[in-house]
Amino acid sequence: MSVKKIHKKQPETFIFNDKSMEAANKIVSNYPDGKQQSAVMALLYIAQRQNDNWIPLQAMKYIAKFLHMPYIKVYEVATFYSMYNLSPVGKYFFQICTTTPCMLRGAYDLVKVCKNKISEKENVLSDDGKISWMEVECLGACVNAPMMQVNEDYYEDLNDKKLEEIIETIYQNKTPKPGSYSGRINAEPVNNRKTLLGNKNA
Amino acid sequence: MLKDEDRIFQNLYNDSGADIESAKLRNDWKGTKDILEKGREWIINEVKSSELRGRGGAGFPTGLKWSFAPKEVGSRPHYLVINADESEPGTCKDRDILRFEPHKLIEGCLIASFAVNAHKCYIYIRGEYFNEGQKLQTAIDEAYKNNLIGKNALNSGWDLDIYIHYGAGAYICGEETALLESLEGKKGQPRLKPPFPALIGLYGCPTIINNVETVAAVPTILRRGAKWFSSLGRPKNTGTKIYCISGNVNNPCNVEEEMGIPLKELIETHAGGVVGGWDNLKAVIPGGSSMPMLPKEICDNMKMDFDECVENKTGLGTAGIVVINNDQDIIKCMARIARFYKHESCGQCTPCREGSGWMWRMLERMAAGEATPDEVDMLFDVTKQIEGHTICAFGEGSSWPVQGLIRHFKDEILERNKFDPVVKKQKNIPYLVDQHLLEKENA
Repeated sequence: MSVKKIHKKQPETFIFNDKSMEAANKIVSNYPDGKQQSAVMALLYIAQRQNDNWIPLQAMKYIAKFLHMPYIKVYEVATFYSMYNLSPVGKYFFQICTTTPCMLRGAYDLVKVCKNKISEKENVLSDDGKISWMEVECLGACVNAPMMQVNEDYYEDLNDKKLEEIIETIYQNKTPKPGSYSGRINAEPVNNRKTLLGNKNA
Repeated sequence: MLKDEDRIFQNLYNDSGADIESAKLRNDWKGTKDILEKGREWIINEVKSSELRGRGGAGFPTGLKWSFAPKEVGSRPHYLVINADESEPGTCKDRDILRFEPHKLIEGCLIASFAVNAHKCYIYIRGEYFNEGQKLQTAIDEAYKNNLIGKNALNSGWDLDIYIHYGAGAYICGEETALLESLEGKKGQPRLKPPFPALIGLYGCPTIINNVETVAAVPTILRRGAKWFSSLGRPKNTGTKIYCISGNVNNPCNVEEEMGIPLKELIETHAGGVVGGWDNLKAVIPGGSSMPMLPKEICDNMKMDFDECVENKTGLGTAGIVVINNDQDIIKCMARIARFYKHESCGQCTPCREGSGWMWRMLERMAAGEATPDEVDMLFDVTKQIEGHTICAFGEGSSWPVQGLIRHFKDEILERNKFDPVVKKQKNIPYLVDQHLLEKENA
């Protein structure tokens, strides 16, 4: 369970735009008749994407009506899961994994860089309002540790220098390239690959 | 070392692409229709005799699980659910299957759904794997286009629809009943068992839940025969497994190897050895953070399979191997794992919700050397209060690793936490000092 803060300034209304509406209807059709409640998680994502990566309370009310379910049930889901942002985050939302496998390979160095270069505290926007950061639990890319997620992309095999470069790139209005930053391909052992060599050389 | 031809996941490092053309070159979708025509019984028996055990952590025999699904479809439809909510620290095998071998998974879904009488299959992917999910969706679209799934898939007369459902960052949704709750659009809080999902699962209907790696391995097993699969490894621990080796090794990697490969060989051959040499090894977590860690003496000779891990009072789990060397503070590592469990506890059962926080705070103090020697036993007692007193296995998952630390590294904790606040008062921690004694002294 994650501790969530509801943002103080809430918009007065929220409705899906055409693109979101189309996506929402498609999702609802994935589930059996009468079980449209299953779509609530996907719809919260759609609302989050439409609303600059955070979910206002009005969106939850709207989704509750959309799926014919009580508002409190939507609220429950939105507060239970950690990936729904209930207050604004930066355009580039840095999530640094600090669970043990990443910690062993220096994830807390990355946290230090974030504190210096972005903001002293988690979930506070940087001076130019572009980036915010937070520590998260295991993101499931442990052999590429330490790593972080920025919005939907994984940035792997980092160290403090490389993270500084990434942040600088963003401050210069460019989007850094996702993937591994040690030059390796996916999850293969660097310079030590002993398996499936036939495929590699094919 | 396993021969390359015996590896199931030929595209583990994405040498040749994940699209359907490349997948077919790797023998995916070859003779799938013939397999379906051999019938349900044959498929289940073949999987049973291959002795394939679930790759999601618990190691339950897959064929047996499939045979629990009711033989005839009654008034309620059957569902197949694939668990791709991979969140166990140290594990990242399913991610590579989703993005590089999606057709193996889809083909496995077709065979599994046929075997358990399901026309609908939901793949529950953790929300963070958005890009991986998109790659899988592309593969699903390709499969629909080629009539590999959908109405009358492969002209076999079997209908199958596959849908992706994204999670949203809750570790507990990897527990099968919590996953079902989440799929129904609720908070992911586990259900009591029984009734088991095989009879009453998703929407109250019979549901079979399998891990990604398990299902993706099935087509190859059926194509090459159960005999081939069971010839690898040893009885009850057969086949191959993707090991994820992370932590203090020179070349952290994912690698598919034979079941029962010695841990030392795995680390030295594929992961380039421990940083600072084998002698610099402190401990290994063999199966994702839920499994107790092992000290070097045991790691020297241990083989990696389900039963041998249990003999050493740990478990193979997901085979996410986390290597910790002497440069690390082992208590601090464990405290961080405890913090993970505190964060991820769903809050349904009191022992787990409260106990996970207690364990974390005690371990943090032990790491800082602020605990008393008595507290080590107290911590062990707390773990015993959690274990077995919760609805799901999260209680065991959070308390076993702490027990592992105490079992193997108790001396080290005691070494660091020597002071007794009542007698010596070396440190001024008011809540640890008996206030009555203080008053006496001051009087």
